[in-house]
Amino acid sequence: MAVMQDKRVHFRNKWLPYLFIAPQMVVILVFFFWPASQAIKQSVYLEDPFGLSSQFVWLDNFTALFTDPHYLESVKVTLVFSLATIGLSLSVSLLLAVFADQVIKGANFYKTFIIWPYAVAPPLAGVLWLFLFHPAGGVVAYLLNHAGIDWDYFANSGQAMLLVVVAAAWKQISYNFLFFLAGLQAIPTSLLESAAIDGAGPVTRFRTIIFPLLSPTTFFLLVVNVIYAFFETFGIIHAATQGGPGGATNTLIFKVFNDGFIGLDLGGSAAQSVVLMIIVMMLTILQFKFIERRVQY
Amino acid sequence: MDNLAMVLDYSLLRFSDAVFLFLSFFFLLGYKCSIVWSNVLAAQLCGPVCLSCNGSIFKWRKRRMAKLRSILIACCMVLMISATAFAATEIQWWHAMGGKLGEKVNEIADKFNASQSEYKIVPTYKGNYTETMTAAIAGFRAGKHPHLVQVFEVGTATMMAAKGAVYPVYKLMADMDLPFDTGRFLDGVAAYYTTTDGKMLSMPFNSSTPVVFYNKDAMRKAGLDPSHPPRTWPELAAVSRKMIKAGVVKYGFITGWQSWVQLENFSAWHNVPLGTLENGFGGLGTEFVFNGPAQVKHIQQLADWQKDDVFHYAGRRSDGNPLFINGESAFLMGSSAALAGLKDNCKFELGITMLPYWPDLVKKPRNSIIGGATLWVLAKHKKAEYKGVAEFLNFLSSPEIQADWHQFTGYLPITYAAYELSKKQGYYKTMPDAEVAIKQMTLNPPTPNSKGLRFGNYVQGRDIINEELENVWTGKKTAQQALTDAVERGNALLRKFEKANK
Repeated sequence: MAVMQDKRVHFRNKWLPYLFIAPQMVVILVFFFWPASQAIKQSVYLEDPFGLSSQFVWLDNFTALFTDPHYLESVKVTLVFSLATIGLSLSVSLLLAVFADQVIKGANFYKTFIIWPYAVAPPLAGVLWLFLFHPAGGVVAYLLNHAGIDWDYFANSGQAMLLVVVAAAWKQISYNFLFFLAGLQAIPTSLLESAAIDGAGPVTRFRTIIFPLLSPTTFFLLVVNVIYAFFETFGIIHAATQGGPGGATNTLIFKVFNDGFIGLDLGGSAAQSVVLMIIVMMLTILQFKFIERRVQY
Repeated sequence: MDNLAMVLDYSLLRFSDAVFLFLSFFFLLGYKCSIVWSNVLAAQLCGPVCLSCNGSIFKWRKRRMAKLRSILIACCMVLMISATAFAATEIQWWHAMGGKLGEKVNEIADKFNASQSEYKIVPTYKGNYTETMTAAIAGFRAGKHPHLVQVFEVGTATMMAAKGAVYPVYKLMADMDLPFDTGRFLDGVAAYYTTTDGKMLSMPFNSSTPVVFYNKDAMRKAGLDPSHPPRTWPELAAVSRKMIKAGVVKYGFITGWQSWVQLENFSAWHNVPLGTLENGFGGLGTEFVFNGPAQVKHIQQLADWQKDDVFHYAGRRSDGNPLFINGESAFLMGSSAALAGLKDNCKFELGITMLPYWPDLVKKPRNSIIGGATLWVLAKHKKAEYKGVAEFLNFLSSPEIQADWHQFTGYLPITYAAYELSKKQGYYKTMPDAEVAIKQMTLNPPTPNSKGLRFGNYVQGRDIINEELENVWTGKKTAQQALTDAVERGNALLRKFEKANK
């Protein structure tokens, strides 16, 4: 943090800095705080889809949620899904970044191809994976079946979960890769060279120098990936499994979308999104409280 | 000068439209509040970290944002420029008919537009049924809704309950002095969309009913007679086993739309109730009862048939159709409206027959019920525009248009006149298969158990049924358990609907 303080700018006019952040604040207020407050308000109302009548129902929507065993099941599914997705995407992208950092010939070629999936919208990514793995017409599914693997995620919960985890992780690998690569390139080569001269092998160098120096990046990515896995994956689930079979991939965010935008249950959906918001806020605070201490800037 | 003022006025109006669109785009972005909110949280908190990691990525993102913005502005400009003058009153029609069906919808609109000059029907494809319905509702809340919207049958109760948002069709036609006789529609169709006192609230448009499609060539190969397809479930299982044993197919039968075919139509076909109060027609106090012995026996039997591939589960919608088209499955239970698509794609001789029944439950099957959609007129438009809507609905239900739609798509002819006209045109002589669906739906006069269903929140209700049935197919639950759970969860939704619409 010392670096930041050196760069601090001093304004002569007391109001000028507030003026500078005013546009951003307006945007945040109008587009983030206002809708969030609407969601909170909506969550204590029971309303018909057309908005013709609405009644205040106290916390009925919330009690309905927490007494519904399927909601708690969905929490469990979300945890499994998120942990698997985050673990897979972070580890694979770190591996790729370490390799890409060492490549000399055609480095840009590799980088471009690894970054490419980031340009694909989540629903499209879902459809893409669907085309490959659809039990009735997918190319890979066909090959798998011929290889003797009974691939049918319509009737197999584990396979359905595997499919959405891999698809969601694949989508996020590019983003993580970019940051890891940037972080790797910021590590002074002199450090690594002197360590190598002192007899540290590649594994030791990674463990004692690269990984600790990469920790700010890793921490940032962890936060971003948690948010990604919780919020931005419903496009993939929507396209590939639609929460099925039997709710095996029905994550919290997909449930919010499904109940609100498909089922038109606005109150229940708003209550779920409020709960989700609280969960992620808590997760982020926890991460900053406990994990950030171990990060070396 | 007057002209100039008018032009200015008009372009201002268009401009406000563009601004509205622009804002609503951002509103939509904002509506994903929790997503964006947390992103901002992350960005705010992690800002210093990322800046120290890599500044260029942020610059790159900023540049991308700038590009997005310029594209949006360009879109608005185009919208403004496209404000060409037109004389006819425009009537917006949002529908869910993609592909070939969508082309046919456009053709119908063109025909109507060419037949007169006062009104112009503008059909817009809005995605699948749920997307179309959600779009219309969101539009209504924002005051930007179409005049006509196509809503699928499970959304009927929701639309019926929305009293201030809907302009009932019988009332519209009476207000506009146009003839409208509910008796013109097939009984099964009319019953589904009228109130208990016989008033039709929406205009039937595309109705279908589930039938059995089968592979005639595969039957021949297995040494069976394709002119005698199985009529009962035990026969179907026996035939399937024979065909699997002969190695001509991998699976006996698959089913699309499991809730619609294996529960809703199964119950009507065997004359057992799905819910109390005449399947919900009698009032909002209805409760699900589809965990009766007949349904449990049937679903459990399907689960048992999975073991030797007589039955294969292939997804919630029509996901399994490719399995039938490529010859892996001998039978397919699905919407009669799939006929056109199957004909185009199947490389074998296609057969159609009625749904099978359980001879130990009924001596003879009753009648099947419909699916598909109707057109709802939304309220809060100008009176002059409603005149055009009424004229169009009148045009749409004429025998010529209906017969053509029926013959082209495989949907049912929804009026008796269209059915008669198709007969007269000799359609069923050349296409006897196309009559199976109508015969099945009108096999017997409907009973309270077989005239259809009207459950609130049923879009979610079907989701629950899908989930619980999948629990049976994956072996997590027995049929008894799953159906009882589905009834319990579904009833909670019904109570919620009752409370919201009191």
